[in-house]
Parts: sequence; C-alpha cells; structure tokens
Amino acid sequence: MSEAHAAVAHQFEGLEQQRDAATLAMWIFLVTEVMFFGGLFTGYAIYRASYPEAFAAGSRLCEVNLGAINTVVLITSSFTMALAVRAAAAGRSRAAIVCLVLTLGLGATFLGIKFLEYAHKYEEHIVPGLNFTYSGPSARQIELFICFYFGMTGLHALHMIIGLVVVTVMVIFTARGRLAPPKDTPIEITGLYWHFVDIVWIFLFPLLYLVDVHR
Amino acid sequence: MTHQPLRLRTYVVVFVTLLALTGLTTLLAYLDLGRFNLVVALLIAAAKGFLVVLFFMHLVQTAHRTQFVAAAGIFWLALLVVLTLSDVLTRGWFEQPHGWSAIESNDSADQSGIRAGR
Repeated sequence: MSEAHAAVAHQFEGLEQQRDAATLAMWIFLVTEVMFFGGLFTGYAIYRASYPEAFAAGSRLCEVNLGAINTVVLITSSFTMALAVRAAAAGRSRAAIVCLVLTLGLGATFLGIKFLEYAHKYEEHIVPGLNFTYSGPSARQIELFICFYFGMTGLHALHMIIGLVVVTVMVIFTARGRLAPPKDTPIEITGLYWHFVDIVWIFLFPLLYLVDVHR
Repeated sequence: MTHQPLRLRTYVVVFVTLLALTGLTTLLAYLDLGRFNLVVALLIAAAKGFLVVLFFMHLVQTAHRTQFVAAAGIFWLALLVVLTLSDVLTRGWFEQPHGWSAIESNDSADQSGIRAGR
C-alpha cells in the first residue's frame, strides 16, 4: 500500500485517476498527430486527383515488395509492443524486456529497409532536390509525387526514430525496476505512440505503393 | 479504466488478421477494379487501423472520455479532408459567373490539372 501511495503524484486521487489522465493526455497528443499527418494526406489526395496519370506513374516507381515486407515488419513490431505492455502490466519485467527488444529490432529492420529504398531511389536519380533526372511525360508532376513520397515516409521514419529512442529508454527503466506495476503507465503510453506510428504506415503503404500498380 | 488485460489470444487473433488483411490488400492491388482499387485499399486500411486502435491501443476498455477524444480526432480529420476536397474537386463544375474572367494557363502540362469528376 505504501508503495502504491508513492506511485501517485500528489495532484491525483489515486492510481486509476493518474493512469486515466496520462492515457487521455497521450490520446490528445495523438489527435494532434492525426491532424498533422492528415494535412499531408489531404495534400496528397488533391494532387493525386489533379494529376492521376503522373501519380500512377510515380507510384509505380515505388518498390511494392519492400513496402509489403515493411508493413509485415511493422505490424509484427506492434504485436510485440502490445505483448510488452501486457507483460509489464502483469509485472513480468523479463518478458517485457524481451518483447521491447524484439520491438526495437523490428523497428530498426523497418528503417533499414526504408534506407535501402531511399538508396535505390538515389541510384535511379529520382530524389527531388538532390538527384533528379526523369525523362518522360509529365516529369514535374512525377517529381511532385516523389516529393510526397519522401515527405510522408520521411516524417514517418522520423517518428520511428523517436519511437526507437523512447522504447530504448523503456528497456533501461524496466531493467532497473522503475516500471514495475503500478508504475507501468509509461510503457502503456509508449505503446500508444508506437501503434499510432504503425497506423500511419498502414495508410501510407496502400496510398503510395499499391493503388496504381494494376494500371 | 478497468485495466483488465486483454487475453493473449485476442492479441494473436488481431495480429493474424492484420497480416491476412495486408496480404489481401496487396493481392487486390494487382487486380484492375477501376476506381474501386482506391476504395478497397482505403477500406482495408481503415479496418486495420480500427483493429490496432481498438485492441492494441486498448480503446475498447479505456475510459469513455478517452474514447470520445479518439472519436473527435476522426471527426476533425473528416472535416479537414471533406471540406478541403469538396472545394478543390468541385472547381469547374459550374460555368463561370457572368463578368468573371477565366485564368488562362500557358502550362500545357496543366491540362491534366484539376478537373471535374476526377
């Protein structure tokens, strides 16, 4: 009881309220993130409607295989993250650490494959601003698609890097016993962030890689 | 928040369903469904998103006010997308009002620009 008491900050009535407040705040932050990415998705929708042929051609420059593999990798990382949250809540810190480290590995794999895709784009001279030579019809509009590709996947990758840092901190804290229940809320919050980043990719993958491959 | 952990089985079922939907959306992308390619891709993505939100992010068992905030997020996103697109995509549906001058474009590539119905 005294330990549980120490885990409650003085402005809260109890653990439940503290946990609710932390979760609510994280969801509010995630809603701002939805609006942030929502603006990009809306911009993408407008220009895709404006230049459908060019965006289809640009979309076919994406590597569907690597995108699909990355989707599986990221969904699996979300699964291991969910298991880590569950283990931490049950006080099984060793299982939590194993799951968090698996999540880190899968997240790093995702970024590695992403880097490979970017490297291929550079080799094919389709990196706007740095190295872009495309000789074909509506090259400027295709460049615009590639700009959306790099902007959206780049911001997503930045979120992944932040997530990897936060998960690493969670591993260290768990190993030091600082996140044993009832103090496990930070892992739950980290899980919310990680799953959100997964959802962004769940929408990016079909919109950038898939919708025009049949043409 | 009741903070009853979800059963392990729930996570496994959600995980397997997410993988299956990823395979499905990838396969369907190679079929020519006309404009339904986009619709199907977005529907499957939304289904996957809801699965992650409800179970991995525990929205099924969080406090009602948190669920309300999450729903508000979808509502604001819908406002952003629907209001913006209802402007941009309907430009050119009607004739120019008398006295307005058309904006001439010299850029030939612009002919594939914003058109009605696309």
